[in-house]
Amino acid sequence: MSIWIDVCDKDEIDEEDVIRFDHDGKSYAVYRSPEDSFHATDGHCTHENVHLADGLVMDDIIECPKHNGRFNYKTGQAKGAPVCVNLKTYAVKVDGGRVFIQVG
Amino acid sequence: MGDRGMVIVGAGEAGVRAAFALRERGYQGTVTLIGDEPHLPYERPPLSKAGEEAETVRAIVANERFAEAGITFLRGQRAISLDPARHALLLEAGETLSYERLLLATGAAPRQFPGIATSDRIHVLRTVEDASAIRRQMREDGRLAILGGGFIGLELAAMGRKLGTAITLFEAQPRVLMRGVPEKLALALQARHVAEGVELLCGVGIETIADGESGVAIGFADGRQIKADALVVGIGAEPNTRLAAEAGLAIDNGIAVDRHLATSDPHIFAAGDCCSFPVAAYGGRRVRLESWRNAQEQGSVAAANMLGEAAPFDAVPWFWSDQYDLTLQVAGLSDGATSTVGRTLSPEAEILFHLDADGRLLAASGLGRGGAVARDIRLAEMLIARGTCPDRAALADPSVKLKSLL
Ligand SMILES: Cc1cc2nc3c(=O)[nH]c(=O)nc-3n(C[C@H](O)[C@H](O)[C@H](O)COP(=O)(O)OP(=O)(O)OC[C@H]3O[C@@H](n4cnc5c(N)ncnc54)[C@H](O)[C@@H]3O)c2cc1C
Ligand code: FES
Repeated sequence: MSIWIDVCDKDEIDEEDVIRFDHDGKSYAVYRSPEDSFHATDGHCTHENVHLADGLVMDDIIECPKHNGRFNYKTGQAKGAPVCVNLKTYAVKVDGGRVFIQVG
Repeated sequence: MGDRGMVIVGAGEAGVRAAFALRERGYQGTVTLIGDEPHLPYERPPLSKAGEEAETVRAIVANERFAEAGITFLRGQRAISLDPARHALLLEAGETLSYERLLLATGAAPRQFPGIATSDRIHVLRTVEDASAIRRQMREDGRLAILGGGFIGLELAAMGRKLGTAITLFEAQPRVLMRGVPEKLALALQARHVAEGVELLCGVGIETIADGESGVAIGFADGRQIKADALVVGIGAEPNTRLAAEAGLAIDNGIAVDRHLATSDPHIFAAGDCCSFPVAAYGGRRVRLESWRNAQEQGSVAAANMLGEAAPFDAVPWFWSDQYDLTLQVAGLSDGATSTVGRTLSPEAEILFHLDADGRLLAASGLGRGGAVARDIRLAEMLIARGTCPDRAALADPSVKLKSLL
């Protein structure tokens, strides 16, 4: 069963940026793209256990703060060395100015 | 191209990246990767960082990826001589390989203290074997001496303290990290080591090192003596240039390559810790770096050029170091800087920007917990690559997004 979890107000995430969101013992990274769409992935890099929320968002890419591994945060795809395992992504919706992610 | 195939000597970060990059670029001929270590290629940075024991050997790629990509990986084999005129490489086992293009990615070897050999108690750190030998000396009731306040020495000190080992670290210079790290951040790191209980002695000259059954005795110029169960020598590394030098390739603090990473023989390239190269962003100044990302990026550019492209290597130097919960990141080269602007992100996270007389950003160094400085350092790297002269007030103000200066 999947449920929608309320993350934050839409304006709490800057354009082309990312925030950390923790829920039920798990950590997520929630993104706002330059085109104003919202996305969510697992919070930690698949290379080492480092949180992506300190990373840099450029277009569709989140770059890990630790060793600059790159992922497409819309698809979760790992974009090459040192990261080779994709990120899990989660559905996101915006409702009444609030951002929700679908977990479970 | 493709009759004689591509051969890569050295299965470290640079060599492995190059092998896969050749395939990613669609190369169909044979790719042979030769590595003299008995292991699957592994990452070196974790060897000096306090992780779980199991974490200290992290493979760069899974074994099956070589077969999938059609890369012949000759594990545990050493290349012993090279004949550029015949495009031939001789392996220790007796086999001769010919190549269309050759990449030398032989890395570097730790410098030893003059006159002192490694033993059960005296170590250097480069390989997984070195790392496990040092780990065995990190006991709760033990004392480890570390010679050299460079990255490896400091990271090992942090690892030792985490495991409860008493650490004495000596550095001949007046402070740690004299090369490449600004004084303010180096002193902050020093203070943290002292707070963690590291006995730190800077500006001391070593006279004697005596290795005996019961431990190592280190004698200083001022007559003091220190005893420890073991000693790690962390005084830098020398590029592995023998193969290249004996083949007559140009050497200049490493295998000398041009901006396309070609050696003095146009069919032979070099990448990673073993080579020195001109850095475009700094007027073509020749440097040799020992940096993980540099090795990967050079591996990838070398692969492109082995396939006939003319891709210049123009990445801005970048490296990081982890000590305790602190991460240091440096982008660029600060030599030639005439002024510094500080940006305080939090009481525990600070960035220093180094500018030249024209206000051009040359380098940025940051120290903070976890990923605190990462984003700004990455953006600084982009500003450096573009040759920007950013507004000093904007650099100093943490509420101004560096992205807006791009
Ligand atoms: C303990 C440690 C910690 C580090 N931490 C960091 C860090 O935190 N941040 C950072 O940016 N960098 C770090 N580095 C540096 C980084 O690991 C190196 O820059 C990187 O490994 C260089 O890659 P390379 O492929 O050039 O050389 P290497 O990784 O050294 O690989 C070269 C390989 O070639 C083999 N070889 C040499 N000659 C021959 C031959 N004739 N035939 C066959 N094989 C041969 C060698 O045995 C070796 O396996 C660290 C290095 C060490 C040792
Ligand atoms: S931890 Fe993310 S790239 Fe290494």
